[in-house]
Amino acid sequence: MSSPALRKPPSLVALSTAFVLFWLIVAAFPFLWTMWGSFKVEGDFFSRADWMNALTGPVTLKQHGSPFTLDGYEGAWIEQEFWKAVINTGIVTFFVVTISLTLGTLGGYALARSGYKYTFWLLMAALVFRAMPHVTLVSGYLLPFFQMNIWGYLPTTIIVLVAINQPFTLWMLHSFFLSIPKDLDEAAMVDGCTRFQAFRLAIIPVMWPGVITTGLFSFLLAYNDFTVTSMLLSQDNLTMIPKLNGFLGSTQEDGKVMYAVAAVVSAIVPLFVLILFFQRQIVSGLTAGAVKG
Amino acid sequence: MKHKTFMAFIWPSLLAMTLFIALPILSVGYQSLFVEHEQILKTAETCGPFGCNSQVSIDAEAMAKQRAEQPAGRYNGLGTYTNASHLAFGEISEIVATSKDFNEIRNRIMNLPFYKALVFTLAYTFIVTPLVIVTGFFIAIVVDSIPKLFKGPVIFFSLLPMLVTPLVGSLVLFWMIDSRGIIGAALQALFDDPGLSLKASPTLTWITLFTYGVWHNAPFAFVVFYAGLQTVPKDTMESAMVDGASRWERIRFVTIPYLMPLATFIALMQLMDNFRVFEPIIGFSAAASATTLSYLIYNDLRAAESPLFGSAAATSMLTILGVVILLLPVLRRNWREFNRKS
Repeated sequence: MSSPALRKPPSLVALSTAFVLFWLIVAAFPFLWTMWGSFKVEGDFFSRADWMNALTGPVTLKQHGSPFTLDGYEGAWIEQEFWKAVINTGIVTFFVVTISLTLGTLGGYALARSGYKYTFWLLMAALVFRAMPHVTLVSGYLLPFFQMNIWGYLPTTIIVLVAINQPFTLWMLHSFFLSIPKDLDEAAMVDGCTRFQAFRLAIIPVMWPGVITTGLFSFLLAYNDFTVTSMLLSQDNLTMIPKLNGFLGSTQEDGKVMYAVAAVVSAIVPLFVLILFFQRQIVSGLTAGAVKG
Repeated sequence: MKHKTFMAFIWPSLLAMTLFIALPILSVGYQSLFVEHEQILKTAETCGPFGCNSQVSIDAEAMAKQRAEQPAGRYNGLGTYTNASHLAFGEISEIVATSKDFNEIRNRIMNLPFYKALVFTLAYTFIVTPLVIVTGFFIAIVVDSIPKLFKGPVIFFSLLPMLVTPLVGSLVLFWMIDSRGIIGAALQALFDDPGLSLKASPTLTWITLFTYGVWHNAPFAFVVFYAGLQTVPKDTMESAMVDGASRWERIRFVTIPYLMPLATFIALMQLMDNFRVFEPIIGFSAAASATTLSYLIYNDLRAAESPLFGSAAATSMLTILGVVILLLPVLRRNWREFNRKS
């Protein structure tokens, strides 16, 4: 690689280094800043006097005797019962991921192995469904759900999120199963397996990389959802994101912005950990659709 | 695969999509033809020592009964579509008839809620999408050229703005651009204007939202382009070098043509996602200066006393129409390819 033709002029090296640093600051600084600031009081994080206060925290020091405080977290998690929302988010994401992967692997496998014309139409329909703004669907749910008296419960929301997630899951697993050679399950069927046995014995053992990648995106969809959860869950059953939105109205006016800041940081941290462990899978998932068309 | 086996595998998926995506679209279509019941008023006479007076009040009982009988409301045909808060045909013809020049027509139409939202949604979609592609491409080119050791951490931090919930991401930025936050204060110092606030003027709010959009979406374009760059054929690159192509010419005539299909893919995904932009409006509390179609629907469903199902449904139908128009070129291309194959 160190042939003279590939060596870059120093000015170009300096320019690209500067650009990468600039992009890193743009991408990461807001999060680090907010995380740091969440351990301060409002007078420091939103300082009228000097923005440096958010770093050093003189007001926090005066009020709490140390430059860091857990006040915001205490208020959000305990006083405003954010812990309930965290548990709800856990339940919703767990079931959404499990159910949509189960349905998705079965459906994606069928789409990848069937050569009939209707698979094309199903995939096109899924593409159109994927483009639907979620809030238009929600306006279709509300009235029937009120009528049937199933509005406001976690299971309803889970099923809805699974369905909204299906088009994406189907597309992704469909292209993943296409990359598994047909011979594998056909050989099993020649040996006397039924189609389902072939799926269970020959395909399931080799499908985990694709399933994990798809699962990550299902998780992100369920975890990040605001539209569906905020409209379909009752006040007691709210998940993290709509709960957090609730902090903004009245709480913000009471001088408790720091509750919202703490809650925002609490919602970001799990994503940090997720990216840390699954960076490779996330990148490969994002590009899977692109490379295979 | 036999039809029967195919169905056995796919029916749970199909059932979920039919029940919760296809039927709701029909339900939205049905609801859009109805409006809320008119209030039933009753007059009660209360007679006291100083004579009788009659009081008009809402007959809650009769209304509850009516709602139970016709939950969707009363039939209104296409009335909701043409009223002032949607397509507003009446208002527009009046505006055109009474305004003096084109500017006035434009300003007055921009005050109609549906057109205000439509214009912002389209502006957001068609400004953010190209910017995302260009920004993502630049980041990818530069990151591809840095030493391998730094690539992992750079990609890690690059993924953050995209994977974080839009609402959370916009809140984080919103707090920073607050006049007491770091960016807001820095801008005030930079322009030497203590009254400067990004939240005050509609233009600045629009720019803030576009900036947020690029910040949130650029990582996606970056990752896709970056993966594409790894597969640029070395032979072509080397022959370009032998032919004496400069660094810039190699990017212009080898890399860019090679990555074009990826750009199309990113554009498609971005058009779909940006058209439904919604959470940033809430995160940035921007509803006064910028609303989107999705936000209008949300707002109708959140209406203070009772949700305006009819109005929300009509906006939803118009939004779905927009999505279909947006996707038509893609569907047509797929259809042609499919026909060529069979």
